[in-house]
Amino acid sequence: MSKLSRRAFIATGLVAGGGLVVGIAMRPGNQAKSLAAKLGPDGEDLVHTYIKIDSNNVVTAVIPHSEMGQGVHTALGQMLAEELDADWEQVQVEEAPAIGEYASYSAGRRYLFANIDFPNLVIPTVDGMMMNVADTLNLQITGGSMSVRTTGILAMRIAGAATREMLQQAAAESWGVPVEEVTTADSYVIHAASNRREPYAAFADTVAAMSPSQTPQFKNPADYKIVGKFVPRRDIPAKVDGSAKFALDVRVPDMAYASVVRSPVPGGSVVELDDGAARSMAGVIDVVVIPQSSVGGMLGETLSTEAVAVVADSYWTANEAVKTLQVTWSETGFESVDSDGIYAQFERDITGGTERQSDRVTGEVSAEFASAARVIDADYHVPFLAHTCMEPLNATADVKSDRAEIWVGCQNPLGFRRDVAAILDMDPEQVTLHNHMMGGGFGRKARPDYAMQVALLSRSVGRPVQLIWSREEDVRQDFYRPAVQSRFRAAFDSSDRLVAWENTYTNKNEPIEAPLIPYRVAAQDIGYVSSPVHIPFGAWRSVDHSQHGFFTESFIDEAAVAVGRDPYEFRAELLQDNPRHLAVLRRAAEEADWNRPLGAGRGRGISLQESFGSLVAQVVEVTVTDGQLSVDRVVAVIDPGLAVAPDGIAAQLESGIIYGLTAALHGEITVENGAVVQSNFHDYPSVRMREAPRIETHVINSGHDIGGAGEPGTPGIAPALANAVFDATGLRIRQLPLGNFDLNYQAEEEGVVG
Amino acid sequence: MSTTFWVNGERQTVDVDPAKPLLWVLREQLALTGTKFGCGIAQCGACTVHIDGVAMRSCVTPVSDVDGRQVTTIEGLSSESGELHPLQQAWIDHQVPQCGYCQSGQLMSATALLADNPNPSDADIDAAMSGNICRCGMYGRIRQAIKATSVASVSDEPLFYSVAGVDHV
Repeated sequence: MSKLSRRAFIATGLVAGGGLVVGIAMRPGNQAKSLAAKLGPDGEDLVHTYIKIDSNNVVTAVIPHSEMGQGVHTALGQMLAEELDADWEQVQVEEAPAIGEYASYSAGRRYLFANIDFPNLVIPTVDGMMMNVADTLNLQITGGSMSVRTTGILAMRIAGAATREMLQQAAAESWGVPVEEVTTADSYVIHAASNRREPYAAFADTVAAMSPSQTPQFKNPADYKIVGKFVPRRDIPAKVDGSAKFALDVRVPDMAYASVVRSPVPGGSVVELDDGAARSMAGVIDVVVIPQSSVGGMLGETLSTEAVAVVADSYWTANEAVKTLQVTWSETGFESVDSDGIYAQFERDITGGTERQSDRVTGEVSAEFASAARVIDADYHVPFLAHTCMEPLNATADVKSDRAEIWVGCQNPLGFRRDVAAILDMDPEQVTLHNHMMGGGFGRKARPDYAMQVALLSRSVGRPVQLIWSREEDVRQDFYRPAVQSRFRAAFDSSDRLVAWENTYTNKNEPIEAPLIPYRVAAQDIGYVSSPVHIPFGAWRSVDHSQHGFFTESFIDEAAVAVGRDPYEFRAELLQDNPRHLAVLRRAAEEADWNRPLGAGRGRGISLQESFGSLVAQVVEVTVTDGQLSVDRVVAVIDPGLAVAPDGIAAQLESGIIYGLTAALHGEITVENGAVVQSNFHDYPSVRMREAPRIETHVINSGHDIGGAGEPGTPGIAPALANAVFDATGLRIRQLPLGNFDLNYQAEEEGVVG
Repeated sequence: MSTTFWVNGERQTVDVDPAKPLLWVLREQLALTGTKFGCGIAQCGACTVHIDGVAMRSCVTPVSDVDGRQVTTIEGLSSESGELHPLQQAWIDHQVPQCGYCQSGQLMSATALLADNPNPSDADIDAAMSGNICRCGMYGRIRQAIKATSVASVSDEPLFYSVAGVDHV
C-alpha cells in the first residue's frame, strides 16, 4: 500500500491497486488539543485507514493491533464488518503496517478526551499511561486488554458504519433515488423499489472521493449478524499445518544466526572476554559485544544492557559457541542480593511505613480498629515471575548505512521502529518494521530490547542476522512481574460486621485500582511503600492485579472465616451496593453448585475480581490426597459488557486461568547472588495437560461498556485456588507458589502455612 | 559428514555436523519451519516430530540418529492430496490454537497417540500430551479435539461455555 498523506486533514479515500481504501479521520486538534500537542508538531498525522474493497467485492479490514493468539484480528474485523454490513465470508483481515497513520491513539481519545462513563477509578491509570505514550505518534500498542474497547469501539465500528453510509449515498446519487430508500446487506447496496442491487465494489471509486462521517449511525444491536456470534478465528487454519509465519520463521538472503548472553546480575558489563573457543568453532562468523543502549517508552525506560553475541551459520552453532564464552562481568553492587533479603527488605519497609502513599482512605480507620471487637491480620507475599512466551524472543535485522529492515513479533510495532531508529541514529522513516504474529506476548514483547540488540548486531557484522534468545536467556533476562508483600488488618464490630480494612503493600505499578476492593467496608486505608529492587519490572498478564487479586481475595476469605461465615455469602452481603459484581459472583456460585457437599479431602474456593473493565468470578474445586493437590474444576463467569467474540472470550478466560494457575502452583523466580536462578521449563515449570482442570466458562452480556478479555481471567485463579485448599485442608497459604508448601502439614493452632 | 533420511516421504541428504539437532536441520537446511524451537532441552515439546512413527523431541535428537529413518513433520501431516489430518480439522473445529506456536508439537504428539491408541482415555491423553507445554493454556480444547477424533467419539460433545444476557453495545 502506498504511504498515506501525512497532510490529510479529513480522511478521504484513495484508490490503491484497483480497490478502495477508506479512511476514518479523527483530528486531535478538534477535541484533543492537549494530546495533539504531545503528538509532535504535526498533529495532522492522525488519519486512519481501515478498509479496503477490491474489484471482487472482497473487503479487507486493516487491523492496527498485533495478533498473539488473543484473536484480535478476528474480533476487530467482526466489529468493522458488522457496521459495514459486509458478507463475513467475503471479509479478510490483515495487520496494519508499522507506520504513523496506524498509531492506535484511539485509546487516548477514548480515555482522555471523550465524554465517557468509564469507571472513574480507572481513568487516572490510563491517563498516566497515555500521557507517557502520547508524546510521539509511535504508539501501536496491543496490551491492557484494550483493543476491542478502544480501537474496536472508536475506530473499527466508525469506519464500518461511515463507509456503509457513503456507499448508500453513492448508490442513491447514481440511481437517482432517495438515500433513505437505499439499504445494505452482505456487501451489497440495494434499492428494493426499483429492484436494484449492486456490490459495494461498484461504488468504491465514488466513495473514495467522499469524506467519511465521524458520527455515523450505528446498527441496532438486535440486527447483529457477526458481532456476538461464533465465527471461526481467521488465524487458526495456518496454525494447524505449520504454515503460520512467526518472526522465528523469517528467512532473509545471506542471513546469519546469532545467540546472545548478558550479565547474570542485571546491569553488568563486560570486563574481560575470552572468546577463543567460540571463534575456533566451525561455522562461527564473529563474536560481537553489543553495547548497552536505552530508549524511553510507555513502560518507562528500556535498558538493554551490554551483551555478548556469537554470529554463526547456524543457530545451533551460535548457541553452542555462546556456552563456551568466558566472560567476566563487572560488579554491579547487587551481588549479595537474594530473595530472602528482598523479602526482608519488604518487611522492613512496610513496617517502617516510610513515605507511605494512599490509594484509598475512607471512614475512621483508626477509631474502628481502636473500638473493634475483633481484629485479624496477615502478611502475604508473591515472587517474581518470568513470562516464558512459547516463542523465545527473537528478531531479524538487515541494517544498511542509510536504512534498516526489522522482522519481529512485538506488541508495539511503531514503538519498536522508533526505538530501533533511535539507537541506529536514523529517522523512523528509514526503518521498515515487519511485524509477525507472536508465539505469546503476555506483556514481554512490549519491551524492545531484543530488537535493539539485533539491529546493533546486524550493523556490526554488516549482514542480515537472526537473533534468537535461548530459553535460558529468556528466563534470566526478562522484565519480571514484581515480587510484592502485602500486609492486612481487618476489624469487626461486636456484631461480627467487617468495619475496617487496612492494607499496606510494596511497590505500586499499574493499574492503580488493582489493590482496591469492591466490598462495602466503611473504613478503608489502602496504601503502599516504595521498596526498590534491582530486578527489572515488566508488565505481566494483568500486571498488578496478578498480585493484588491473590492478596485481597484471600484476605476477604480470611475475614469470612474469622467470623464463621460462608465465604460466598459473606462477599455477597458486602456487594449490595454493586449489583453487577453481585450478579457475577452469584452466577459463579450457582453454576458451581456452591452448596453441594464435597467429600473428604475436597474443597472449593471462590474469588471475584474486576480488572480491565470486566468482572470475573471463579469457583475452584480441589482434591488434596496425601498432600497431593489436584485442581479438579474451575467455574468462571465473566461480565465483559458485551462479548464481541463469545468463543474468543471463553478462550481468553481459559487461557488466563491456566496462565494464572501456572503462577499459583509453580511460578517462582528466585534471586541468588544478585542473579535469577531459574533457566528453563525444568526449574520454571508450566501447568501441563495432566494438571489442567476442567474449565467451564459463562459469559454475561450485561450491556455495560465493553471490557477487556485478555487479562481478566488471570488474577482470580490463585485466590480461589488457595481458598479451596483452605477449605480442603484447613491450611491458609499466604505465599505463592502453592507447590512450595507441604499440604500434609497438620496445623496445630491457626492452620497457617507461610 | 552427510546424513540421509526421509522427511515427509522425500529423501534428503544433508552435510552437517552429525551432532546438530534434527530441529535445526529441518529449519535451516530443509526450510521446514513449522517445527518450533521452545526450550532446547526436551521440556516443552514444541519441536515434536515423528521418527519412524514415534513422537520425538527433535531439539535433542542429533541428526545422525535419524540416518536412514522416516521423519514426519507438521508439514507432512496432511494427505498427499492436501486433505487435513482429522486431528488438524478437529483443531480448527474446536478453535484450539491461540498463539499457535506450540501447536505443531501438540498435533504431532496427538497424532502419534491416536495412531497407537485410537480410543484414548483421559489418563492416556494426560500421559501422551503432558510433554507439550501450551502457555496459552488450551489443554481443555486439545483434550476435546482428541476425544472428538477418537474412535469412540461422542458427537456434539457440549462446549464448556455459555453466553447469556442482552445484546447491545
